[in-house]
Amino acid sequence: MRIRVDPEKCQGHARCIGVAPELFEVDDYGLSSVTIDPVPEALEGKARLAVANCPEYAVEVVEDVGGSG
Amino acid sequence: MTTEQVDDWASDFDVLDPSYVENPFPIWADLRQRCPIAHTERRAPTWMPTRYEDVTAMAHDVEHFSSQRVAVIPLQVNEGNEAAGQVGEDGPSLEYGLPPISADPPLHTWTRRLLLPWFSHRKVAEYTPFTRELCQRLLDGFDGADEVDAAVDYAQQIPVRVIAHILGVPLEMADTFTGWVREVLEFADDIERREHGILSIVEFLSSEMQRRREDPGEDLLSVLLQSEVDGAPLDDAVVLGMAVLLLIAGIDTTWSAIGSSIWHLATHPEDRDRLVREPELMTLAVEELLRAYSPVTMARMVTQDLEYKGCPMRLEDKLLMNFPAANRDPEFFEDPDTVHLDRENNRHVAFGSGIHRCAGSNLARMELRVALEEWLARYAKFGLVEGATVKWAGGQVRGPRVLRVRLG
Ligand code: HEM
Ligand code: SF4
Repeated sequence: MRIRVDPEKCQGHARCIGVAPELFEVDDYGLSSVTIDPVPEALEGKARLAVANCPEYAVEVVEDVGGSG
Repeated sequence: MTTEQVDDWASDFDVLDPSYVENPFPIWADLRQRCPIAHTERRAPTWMPTRYEDVTAMAHDVEHFSSQRVAVIPLQVNEGNEAAGQVGEDGPSLEYGLPPISADPPLHTWTRRLLLPWFSHRKVAEYTPFTRELCQRLLDGFDGADEVDAAVDYAQQIPVRVIAHILGVPLEMADTFTGWVREVLEFADDIERREHGILSIVEFLSSEMQRRREDPGEDLLSVLLQSEVDGAPLDDAVVLGMAVLLLIAGIDTTWSAIGSSIWHLATHPEDRDRLVREPELMTLAVEELLRAYSPVTMARMVTQDLEYKGCPMRLEDKLLMNFPAANRDPEFFEDPDTVHLDRENNRHVAFGSGIHRCAGSNLARMELRVALEEWLARYAKFGLVEGATVKWAGGQVRGPRVLRVRLG
């Protein structure tokens, strides 16, 4: 599974790093980015949680081979 | 002027109606079905969307819906009123308003950028020990008590001290700040109190700025005064506007979120027990409580005559960004009127949506979390005092203002 943050949409709600601190970092201005690519299988659940909590629809799944989840 | 009874919420709503302040949820549910963008002529021509889809779309359309006027209840300044020169319809007549909240791009963009690093995810971690100790000290003060007012004696005491700490203004003035901020945000129809609150804050912060100009420190206010944008120092009026905003924006709001959350846990022992038993739920639980009891509604000003989904909006009409109602939209949230502490799909907009996303959201979230953690660590079996009435404030910011709680 691969995910990304669309910098045009991200408004810095920091919900992604809240639910999946292992997968994201957020800069001083709130812009988030993904730190591990591809997402380790054990963290796929958390990646999905990040997608489902971003109010700006900025966290996107770019590739999903099924996996757990 | 207020509280003339509302007969039809779709065409004549009143957000200060006592029944709405106390329990707006069924009113939104009814409106979403029958008239998802309600209207009123009370105080000012105003539109109120209650669906998630509309609220978020409008929050993103900053061209047609400007932040120049964000007050939910306009101040009706009377002619001949002494303060009229200093207090505009929406708040203090500062040359630049209260940026970034009352600004549109480009002023919004650069003032917001100056503030964001002070409230970043990383920076907020630095304020956590201060907040935790503060909560512990407040709870120490309850030793021996059987009941307390969780709104006044706890929730209200926290955010004001945290922001005073960050701004570098005296903590001893906490109660005074709280009084001023409540005058600005809660006594919406009492023009004199609102003016008094605003003018007191402006006067106090102006003198604090003067002091820092002579003897700068490392606090937010000092740093803003020394900042440059495009090679030029900031205009004093911009710094003053930003400082006033920070004092106003973080106090009532966060206090309301803490109070509503304690109210929920006091009235839902099964959730209270679950959070004590499963502290790892806290991250999701904090977001769920923010969703269900979102405290903040903001306003926008329509920038030209237009039609939105059949609603004929006129230039300068008010539009209420009803984030709290959006967060209870059943089209968007399953079983929205029930708190599910472990809710997994939760794109709530308690902190807004789009470019004005609450600049203090990391801070507010941390304060709410720490306040609940420390409270639950001491009192696992608290509940409402039987027979005591809970008093809610509403309008721009909704939350409990009197909340008698028994501690055991
Ligand atoms: C639970 C507590 C809080 C809630 C629910 C809340 C909610 C909001 C909302 C909904 C907005 C968006 C305004 C709009 O769209 O017009 C906002 C903006 C803002 N908030 Fe908060 N807020 C809270 C706490 C704080 C705190 C602690 C601070 C820090 C001092 C703060 C500072 C700000 C600022 C500076 C803005 C303006 C951002 C901009 O316009 O770009 N807020 N807040
Ligand atoms: S939750 Fe969404 S908007 Fe917020 S920081 Fe993460 S990606 Fe950005």
